Amino acid sequence: MITWTRHRLFWPVMLLVLLLLSNLFFTPDFFSIQMKQGHLYGSLIDILHFGAPLILVSLGMTLVIATGGIDLSVGAVVSISGALACWTISQQSDQGSLGVVVMAVALSLGVTALLGAWNGLLVAGAGIQPIIATLILMVAGRGVAQLITDGQIITVNSSPYKVIGGGYLATLPFSILLVAIVVAATALLTRRTALGLLLESVGGNAEASRLVGIRSRGLIAMTYIVAGLCAGVAGLMISSNVSSADGNNAGLWIELDAILAVVIGGTSLLGGRFSLTGTVIGALIIQTLSTTIYTIGVPPETTLVVKAIVVMIVCLAQSPSFRAKVFRRPGFAPPAARPGEPGPDAAPAGPADPTETKAEVPA
Amino acid sequence: MPQQQAILETRGIHKQFPGVNALTDVDFRLFPGEVHALMGENGAGKSTLIKVLTGVYQADAGTVLLGGTPVRFTGPLQAQQAGVSTVYQEVNLCPNLSVAENICIGREHRTAGLIRWGSDRQRARDLLERFQLDLDVTAPLGSCSLAVQQLVAIVRAVAVSTKVLILDEPTSSLDADEVEQLFGVIRQLRAEGVAILFVSHFIDQIYAVSDRVTVLRNGTLVCEEPIDRLPHLELVKRMIGKELEVLEQLGDAAPRRAGTADSTEAPVIAADQVGRRGSVAPFDLAIRRGEVVGLAGLLGSGRTEVARLLFGADRADAGRFTLSGKATTLRTPRAAIAGGIAFCSENRKTEGLIEDLTIRDNIILALQAARGWTRPLPARQREELVERYITALRISPPNPDMLVRNLSGGNQQRVLLARWLITQPRLLILDEPTRGIDIGAKAEIQRLVVSLSEEGMAVLFISAELEEVLRLSHRVAVLRDRKLVEERINDDDLTADAILRTIASGAHQ
Repeated sequence: MITWTRHRLFWPVMLLVLLLLSNLFFTPDFFSIQMKQGHLYGSLIDILHFGAPLILVSLGMTLVIATGGIDLSVGAVVSISGALACWTISQQSDQGSLGVVVMAVALSLGVTALLGAWNGLLVAGAGIQPIIATLILMVAGRGVAQLITDGQIITVNSSPYKVIGGGYLATLPFSILLVAIVVAATALLTRRTALGLLLESVGGNAEASRLVGIRSRGLIAMTYIVAGLCAGVAGLMISSNVSSADGNNAGLWIELDAILAVVIGGTSLLGGRFSLTGTVIGALIIQTLSTTIYTIGVPPETTLVVKAIVVMIVCLAQSPSFRAKVFRRPGFAPPAARPGEPGPDAAPAGPADPTETKAEVPA
Repeated sequence: MPQQQAILETRGIHKQFPGVNALTDVDFRLFPGEVHALMGENGAGKSTLIKVLTGVYQADAGTVLLGGTPVRFTGPLQAQQAGVSTVYQEVNLCPNLSVAENICIGREHRTAGLIRWGSDRQRARDLLERFQLDLDVTAPLGSCSLAVQQLVAIVRAVAVSTKVLILDEPTSSLDADEVEQLFGVIRQLRAEGVAILFVSHFIDQIYAVSDRVTVLRNGTLVCEEPIDRLPHLELVKRMIGKELEVLEQLGDAAPRRAGTADSTEAPVIAADQVGRRGSVAPFDLAIRRGEVVGLAGLLGSGRTEVARLLFGADRADAGRFTLSGKATTLRTPRAAIAGGIAFCSENRKTEGLIEDLTIRDNIILALQAARGWTRPLPARQREELVERYITALRISPPNPDMLVRNLSGGNQQRVLLARWLITQPRLLILDEPTRGIDIGAKAEIQRLVVSLSEEGMAVLFISAELEEVLRLSHRVAVLRDRKLVEERINDDDLTADAILRTIASGAHQ
């Protein structure tokens, strides 16, 4: 077997390419990109543009999951962020003023960082299980968002605000550039400092990390703050794109898509090694899937079923044990050899399986 | 007693696991109304024998007889129904259920499918009363002390008509009063004719409660004797075995390493009556620059507990520490590391390595943790350090990108050593650094300890192998039943035999 098929990102990239290519059957000009009025247009641009919020939320989720945690509240934080920004702008007489928008954005991001800190406090400080701790904000957060919007959809008319999610800069949608910046910043934060290593250590073996002198509480709390901030930016993007805030529906279920993106990207839900690139690819797979379903005209009432089926296939294709069973390929140990590992059914987190991480060692 | 019919007996039991003979031709006998101690060092085959007796494992050859008739249990439940119950070291009950529910679960009184709680509670109360235990049967089990939970587990085990009760290290986490309470229950059961098989690492307890003892070593039955015919020292010798003679020879061949430490300088670490309830009794221990102090003692004697206290992995609840003359508390590993202490745990996989990370990441982890996440090691310095220690410790394969999970035990141990050596500790605590690794790697690690101490590092060396301890140490501290009973300079008078005698009978002044 060629070495690069053993790379941990091989299968996610492969799936993304396959999914993109499959669109050619339905839309022959899927890959064409045109320049109209100084802006680039095309399906690929759309995927990046509409996928931007999910990529952001998934990035934060990756760090949380690397520590062995999970953050269910990001969807609610998305809606709070948008609601707060739109409400602040709508209260001002001059909605188009840059100062007002900057203030609204700063307020939203400050609050979302605080919400992340709250999650971090519950998990790292009080020792509550992450899934329960963040469930609190997941439920309460939507209520808070609706309180801010007073149960209505707040619409704003502010061209500077519109830029965040719907504007263009240097021929590209501004949101794509923003995502690129956040991805780069997160990569620098984790891989140019020792943060990534220490997070992987805490997630990989908490007791050994304690005995090696890592202060895990602060690190864990920080991942929830980053997750909150990422969700905050995503919330601004979503509400800015439609110039309105819907406390009820903004970011609804985005936490589940984000978790899925992280898992497809090869980060184990058990914590430990994480891959930011994998997460970006995972998020793009999910967005491509949504786009494909819309463009090929699947009836709206069946889109979720189609999506579920494709996700299931994606997960099975990624599971080394499943592939070993189906293709009987040498080189992959069957999971039965390792009692205690979840079986293929329980493990959509295929690449996180030890056999796959082994595969990363250059042969 | 041996004239009567054995209640539980094995004849010619063989059990093999890939690569090891866990049990070889074991003829074991247990009589009604006796407390029978099963002794042996780690890996002697005690747990395997118990598992064969209770049907967890099937023997490869040989028969198990219950009351004279051959039986073939397919699992612990079937064994229990036949009258053979087991209580394990960790209480296998539900802490969130009440005492009564725990005692009766699985065999509740029912009427038309509905549980009669009142009748169950009464039954639990009666059973507890039989052993003079005064408990609120409606209280959740988790609210009781560990000793009481252990007793409840026993009561549950004997609630069905039990003929044989197997207790696998029931006292390992109990204090003296609680042990006495447990022994009361054991003696009463013995009086009622129950056969009790008792596994413990505490020699005093064995002598306090047992009638007869069976010693296993490397999967074979060494002897079966009434306890009063087997003096302490003889028992320990039989457990450790013929290595003894070999070991004495080696001890004589090895150079004595006593008396090199400078006693005017303040010790690197001094523990003054440091202890922790339920873990290890208060002890004094001082280790100086360039000195290797060996900890000897049987498994479960408190060796690891001492190490964990000195590293802050467990918090001491009594006593004071002094690091190089300065009083300190050592409340966390982080504080210990800041004080220049390093600790290689005996559990490499669970408490040492991060298996999913690479050799490089594992080596720099302690140093990086001390620097904090904002100050990563510069790449050049990192690569140089990793390269140097991979070469110096001969980690194989010498590929820093290799996942630690894929390394052999010896190489994993070297990675762990490298991790701590790059922090340049003043005190290195090594808990069983040579266990489970091959001879070559073992000799290398021993040489490393010697050269580190010659360079001035203080080392606390823990090993189950006396030969190693004697060869490497300047001083030897002996632990027995969670007490530090003796500390001696490793001079010509100190032999493996003398240490064994201390382990067997306590300090002999």
